[in-house]
Amino acid sequence: MDYDPAAAAAPDGFGPPTGDGADATDFTTSGREAAATPGAAATATDTPPHRTRDRIADLVVSRPLLRQTEREARVWVRTWKGSLVSGLLTPLLFLGAMGLGLGGLVDENSGDVAGLSYLVFVAPGILAAAAMQSAAADALWPVMSGVKWTKTYHAASATPLAPSDVYGGYLVWMAVRLAMNATAFLVVAALLGGVPSAWGVFAVPAAVAGALAFAAPLAAYSASQDSDLPFPIIMRIVVMPMFLFSGTFFAVEQLPAGIRPLAWVTPLWHAVELARGATTGSLGLAAVAGHVAFLAACIAAGAWWGARTFGRRLAA
Amino acid sequence: MTAIALVGTKRTLRVVERNVRSYARMWPAFLTGFLEPIFYLFSIGIGVGELVGDLPGPGGHPVSYELFVAPAMLATSAMNGTVFDTTFNFFFKYKYAKTFDGMLATPLGVADIARGELAWALLRGTIYVAGFLLTMIALDLVESWWALLALPAAALIGFAFAGAGLGLTTYMRSFTDFAYVGLAITPLFLFSATFFPLSEYPGALAWFVRISPLYQGVAIERALVLGDVSWSLIGHAAYLAAMGVFGLRLATRRLGFLLQP
Amino acid sequence: MSTDSPDGAADAPLVQAKALTKRFGDDVAVDGIDFEVHRGEVFGFLGPNGAGKTTTMRMIACVSPVTDGKLSVLGMDPSRQGADIRARLGVVPQEDNLDSELTVWDNLVIYGRYFGLPLAEVRARAVDLLHFARLDDRRDSRVDPLSGGMKRRLTIARSLVNRPELLLLDEPTTGLDPQARHLLWERLYSLKREGVTLVLTTHYMDEAEQLCDRLVIMDGGRIVAEGSPRALVARYCTREVVELRFAEPGEQATAGDRLTQDGARIEPLADRLLVYTDDGDRTAASVGESAGAVPDSVLVRRSSLEDVFLSLTGRTLLD
Repeated sequence: MDYDPAAAAAPDGFGPPTGDGADATDFTTSGREAAATPGAAATATDTPPHRTRDRIADLVVSRPLLRQTEREARVWVRTWKGSLVSGLLTPLLFLGAMGLGLGGLVDENSGDVAGLSYLVFVAPGILAAAAMQSAAADALWPVMSGVKWTKTYHAASATPLAPSDVYGGYLVWMAVRLAMNATAFLVVAALLGGVPSAWGVFAVPAAVAGALAFAAPLAAYSASQDSDLPFPIIMRIVVMPMFLFSGTFFAVEQLPAGIRPLAWVTPLWHAVELARGATTGSLGLAAVAGHVAFLAACIAAGAWWGARTFGRRLAA
Repeated sequence: MTAIALVGTKRTLRVVERNVRSYARMWPAFLTGFLEPIFYLFSIGIGVGELVGDLPGPGGHPVSYELFVAPAMLATSAMNGTVFDTTFNFFFKYKYAKTFDGMLATPLGVADIARGELAWALLRGTIYVAGFLLTMIALDLVESWWALLALPAAALIGFAFAGAGLGLTTYMRSFTDFAYVGLAITPLFLFSATFFPLSEYPGALAWFVRISPLYQGVAIERALVLGDVSWSLIGHAAYLAAMGVFGLRLATRRLGFLLQP
Repeated sequence: MSTDSPDGAADAPLVQAKALTKRFGDDVAVDGIDFEVHRGEVFGFLGPNGAGKTTTMRMIACVSPVTDGKLSVLGMDPSRQGADIRARLGVVPQEDNLDSELTVWDNLVIYGRYFGLPLAEVRARAVDLLHFARLDDRRDSRVDPLSGGMKRRLTIARSLVNRPELLLLDEPTTGLDPQARHLLWERLYSLKREGVTLVLTTHYMDEAEQLCDRLVIMDGGRIVAEGSPRALVARYCTREVVELRFAEPGEQATAGDRLTQDGARIEPLADRLLVYTDDGDRTAASVGESAGAVPDSVLVRRSSLEDVFLSLTGRTLLD
């Protein structure tokens, strides 16, 4: 039992079971509502039917996977404050401390880093790294909770949802949440002067892709485990070094030649390169294609493994 | 009486013994906990350090960035080592595992539990700091014989944060409250003159930093490791001691109220 | 009653309570009760949920402060010598609070260490206790995978590590299947034979009847009756009970009226009619005529503590 406040984005209320059975109820109620009244709003309110809500409800009905996404979204609506702290506030604090505080020292001394002020250098790094850290914590404890402690995933797969839908829906929500946090971060970074290029908007999908590339296989791993004892270890010896050494705070060229390849195989490095290329408008098409291909491959492989593991764990 | 209140009795040791046993099976988790400040030392201290060059040190003479950051990471190591066990793990034991209920049916009382948990956290923190200190020596980042006091100073830092952790955790109601622990720890970690000196802060903010808890530890450790001791360190030490004592007493009182109504 | 020296006389009661009261704010959980527990007996608190049994046990165990009245445990005062008393007690709480971060073995050892026992001695006792709990092959297992019955046996074994003179058990078999219950009772019998004094709470009348030498019946924080199971049945009940079930509620009501007119003692329940009598067979044979209706089923049984509780409070033990 070893939760790590500094490294782990505090799980959003997904600690060892507090017996919040409302989650399972949330899901099945929304599924029944959506199935029974396709035209009405999936979130039953007393306002008149709204066209966008109708369309979302129809979409959710047609794609079982999205019902799990809806469930995750409902939980988020109730717990967003806590998740805001780790998902947005912490990265912003890092931006302030490293980008501005430390940045002042760096700029005085070196003048620039590869032609960029330190703030501009570090902002996309923190963007991508924060997304990855948040996704990692979310792929560990909450997934084990759904599979073992509160068993909400089991409840979901007792309905017409397949285990792979549960997994897919979970990943879709993670992408949505990460995108929201990343966008908010990007806006603040831009206001501080850390985003010179308009291409910077692409930093958000880059960060999300990098995070998913790591979280998709990690969720598969987590679902296959019986104990959460390895989790803090993974956060500390995999996630934390990735966070610190993948070009986030200093270029990987500064790493000793022997270790540099380790950075190149991390999804985070590719995401950071893409994000930095976007915010500074300085990445060539070939490089973009290469990084994107790597991340896409990671996501595909992770998703395949995840669907299999969820299938095994939830159907047993 | 106050000696016992502070130091504890044999029963305090039983609580420590229980934690040692439970970690004996989880030693990988135990060991990896001390890595984080070391990673930061390499990444920011050395990696970014190349970009920063020299800074004015406590005595006024310039120090390399690594020398500047290392003692701050030492203080952070002391904080990290004690904060895990006195927040998350403590909360889990008291609220979900009901570990303390079993203990209270024996001659142990709530004061023994509070002191024992603090003593264990302190033990863990000190082990982490010792490891970090050895790393610093290996990297040639220790400048002065005053650094011998760095370990007891770190114990004081750990005591302060362990006491505060225990005291504040008794007010938490569920795991969602723990997001706020991160919200407290992260700014402390980033903004206690850890990565850049007080001079980089705009005026008003600098005063906030001066009164924040980790800064006291950072100031003490930086002075000791770089050999620039002065009487002002006593003030920092007193702050930390008071924080620890107050937190411990608060925790004892709250535990009695929560577990034995 | 001496309060500072333990056990003034060998036959002094191990637990003595006078006007013992516990209040939580405005809520009175235990309302001025008197009782005594003698050495070597099995003493029971029988009553429905919420009667105040657990609260009373926690006061005896010196983990909950007494609000009013006098309580002496092992001749000592809980408010001043709590730790010393606890050193000689064994406690088996209602919810197992085994240490989930330790193995079965470590749970036994560390608990012994809480009492200040030397490690070598604790280890020796732990071996015996594992055997007592029939958990020798689960020594290195963590606690969570164990079944409910195993956890309960481990909790009992753990509570014996300090060789207590007085063992407190709060609802020891609640939630266990019948086989686990019987195994547990058997373990408790063997403890009693070794001379350990047991105090237990329960809402199961069969448990109270089987295990207890003496018991008190609690309801709403008060003691409503006291004595051995047999004495209680004899005092508050007839020897036997005839249970009648009718097809229609109306028939039950009419039958009830007819029988009462004839002077029989009855107790109507939701689904059946109880007729108290000293000769169940004779009553059952004639019930067709005296009730004026033919019942669907007739059951003759001996009176139990459940009937005692019913006649004293008008309610059943299990609500």
